[in-house]
Amino acid sequence: MLSSPTRRALLGGAALLVASPALLRAQTRTLNLYSSRHYDTDEALYNDFTRQSGFAINRVEAGPDQLLARMQSEGTNSPADVLITVDAGRIERASSLGLLQPFASQTLASRIPANLRDPDGNWYSFSTRARVFFVAKDKVAEGAIRTYEDLADPKWKGKVLTRSSTNIYSQSMTGAMLAAHGPEKTETWARGLVANLARQPRGGDTDQIRAAAAGEGDVAISNTYYFGRLALSQKPEDKAVVEKLRLVFPNQADRGTHLNVSAAGIARHAKNLDAAKAFLEYLSTPAAQRYFAWGNSEYPVVAGVEPPPQVAAWGTFKADPLNARVFARNNAEALKIMDRAGWK
Amino acid sequence: MTDALLGQPSLTDPRPAFMAGRRALLAVALVLATVVITPILAVAISVVQQSGGAIAHLAETVLTEIVLNTLGLMLMVGAGTAVIGVGTAWLVTLCRFPGSRALEWMLLLPLAVPAYIIGYAYTDAMAVAGPVQSSLRAFFGWSRSDYWFPDIHNLPGVSLMLTLVLYPYVYLLARSAFLDQSTCVLEAARTLGASPLSAFLRVGLPMARPAIAAGVALALMEALADFGTVQYFGVTTFTTTIYRTWFGLGDRVAAGQLATGLLGFVLLLVAVEFLARRGRRFGAGGRRHRTIAPLQLRPRAAAAALAACALPVLLGFILPIAALLRLHAMDGDSLVNPRFLAYAQNSFVLAGAAALVVVTAATMVAYAGRIAPGLFTSAVIRVASIGYAVPGTVIAVGILTALGGLDGALDGWSQATFGAGTGLLFSGSAVALLYAYLVRFLAVAAGPVESGLHQIPASLDAAARTLGASATKVAAAIHAPMLRRSLLTAALLVFVDVLKELPATIIVRPFNFDTLAIRVYNLASDERLAQASTGALVIVAIGIVPVIILTRMIARDTRLGSRPGA
Repeated sequence: MLSSPTRRALLGGAALLVASPALLRAQTRTLNLYSSRHYDTDEALYNDFTRQSGFAINRVEAGPDQLLARMQSEGTNSPADVLITVDAGRIERASSLGLLQPFASQTLASRIPANLRDPDGNWYSFSTRARVFFVAKDKVAEGAIRTYEDLADPKWKGKVLTRSSTNIYSQSMTGAMLAAHGPEKTETWARGLVANLARQPRGGDTDQIRAAAAGEGDVAISNTYYFGRLALSQKPEDKAVVEKLRLVFPNQADRGTHLNVSAAGIARHAKNLDAAKAFLEYLSTPAAQRYFAWGNSEYPVVAGVEPPPQVAAWGTFKADPLNARVFARNNAEALKIMDRAGWK
Repeated sequence: MTDALLGQPSLTDPRPAFMAGRRALLAVALVLATVVITPILAVAISVVQQSGGAIAHLAETVLTEIVLNTLGLMLMVGAGTAVIGVGTAWLVTLCRFPGSRALEWMLLLPLAVPAYIIGYAYTDAMAVAGPVQSSLRAFFGWSRSDYWFPDIHNLPGVSLMLTLVLYPYVYLLARSAFLDQSTCVLEAARTLGASPLSAFLRVGLPMARPAIAAGVALALMEALADFGTVQYFGVTTFTTTIYRTWFGLGDRVAAGQLATGLLGFVLLLVAVEFLARRGRRFGAGGRRHRTIAPLQLRPRAAAAALAACALPVLLGFILPIAALLRLHAMDGDSLVNPRFLAYAQNSFVLAGAAALVVVTAATMVAYAGRIAPGLFTSAVIRVASIGYAVPGTVIAVGILTALGGLDGALDGWSQATFGAGTGLLFSGSAVALLYAYLVRFLAVAAGPVESGLHQIPASLDAAARTLGASATKVAAAIHAPMLRRSLLTAALLVFVDVLKELPATIIVRPFNFDTLAIRVYNLASDERLAQASTGALVIVAIGIVPVIILTRMIARDTRLGSRPGA
């Protein structure tokens, strides 16, 4: 049996040895990023930030729900400094779970429109994507479908293509509907939409776009960047798809087209707070805005930064000014409504 | 608990050294089981918690449908994998026909194809604008409305997809069992007037039952836990509902309760199979003394056998790979990218390390079951293997919770003792990943190892012990050589599974650590299938390596005819 001081020294030494990587990590100038964006083009952005600020970036990229679960289980020791999600629902959930901390930044407040950031400063959006319709040019006349509400019009019976209600984009769109019309009207609308489906929801947004081009339906609901990607593709079959479809920005005469966002916030237990703040402000610079938006055919949020050419080609539109926090908080209620309406 | 374990009078040896060794093994097995069960308990604890009312909402809306869909999926995948797996295993093992040698290993190839990848490949190939329909239209001069084309995006379609990639589990285990069966027993059946087919049906098949059951159970558990494929095909199952409840409705407790319900169902199935099998012995009949003379098939039968065995390979491997190659050629990732090499290396090293760890653990647990047979040990083994049936993300979060709890406790202890915390020691480390694989895949390794051990008659142990061999000697000189094929089978299955594994890897991994599966998933979830095809092809290519090694090993064993030590 070892004497107590020796034993304690040994244990201490062992603990130090085991903990040394953690200590080393804390001392270097790093930024630990938990991100659900995983576009190759974002790497140029990270490299640029490292070059400018001197902070090296460590990344874990995973689905937003997984990242939230990980931050929850890691608790106060979580190494995450910044969380990035690709929709408003998840960043708002992170915020309501207490996983983020407010950041009162004059820079961000002046550059990012008020409806695209959390009123309490827990998160900020850095790019947007519009939820629009892609209609078959040969079957749908100009102006024949103008609003989300039109999707429930019986004249579109067997013509509407959408992805599953499990998907967050469907939930956010319905969440925005809920904010505009309340639960009863939204449920009636959802039932009408389900009655108009060309087929049971399946696949992703790109699958809806392709199905509309192939004639399986007339109106596909999709985010803009999926179409932007097809527009850039060199494949003949993708070019043919783009050729057959027309983009419709819904609700231009009233509240505007529903936007979803790619957003970021500082983790509640961030260890590299300076790096995290620097990173968020960096994301609002014109250079970073270009990387962020251009890499994925999205819209920048900072005024004066041009969208990529394939996006600019669709023209300007009126966006729904509803704060992303509102429809994000409506997600669960929206899903229940969609369940009752039989939206799979 | 230890008393209960030791109370079983089996292969007892009063010598103290033996008892100590036995106790140590049992203790290790018990610790392993506890470690593996912890994340499952972290999920199951939800049963006693208050949910946000999502269950009532589900019961009113979608519950009936998801239960019917899930049962339908299990029925179709269970029947499909059993028929294809057992049928082809019997044909290539006990019959000879042109191509049968090559098919022995080719039948394993679909194992290397992740289920969601085969789903994407078929969707792309069979789409209206895809190559199949386009060629049909061009060839016959049809337009879109002129012909009927089957839609695979429904319950039978997704069951077919899963069956095509899961039947190799059954094939592998059934073939192993057929190879190990005593020639004498089969020949005795023939002498008594049974035709080859009826000897198979009445003797060979029942004797292989533990192995077949283990294979079908693996296939079913994987089908139950599948999210990516069923979701993509628009079929709502228990697992998709768990995801919706958790992520969509934000009700983690209700999701945990649903997952526990799923677990309860699986446990029930396992228990039914186990009880139906109880009291029978499958190891009897002694070892075979020479290679079974395969049945030479006549031309017509040979053609039918060839077609039957080639079809699963064609549908489960060749066609989807061709579809992936087409996508890769159109718009694939660049293979010369140094990042790709890093992904491949990470995948390979992880899969290898996990195979070693998981098979070692499975062997210890299975041994504990052998030296202390009894209801309690069996129950522990079953429960420890249940992680495979839990939807990946759910169990991954259970693992996170367990690791987070451990890290928190260590940190607190260190704070109290030394005045400085340890931070996170395990969360986000490679150890955490291996732990996750142990929890996920213990069942995969336990199946082959256990059924391998079952095939070794207890009388052999008794004989060796009578001749003065120690328990260790028995394990090393008798069991190890006889188990070699089972252990390799287990290692292969774990290797390939880890190569394809996603939910746990993605959630538990360290910073800046990507694997091929993660690359493929990230691209595919972002709807960039063509780019994802390259990573998928590399996964398949790496997965083929152990398949070939295993096949050679089995071929050599078979050539030698008898086993070392027999």
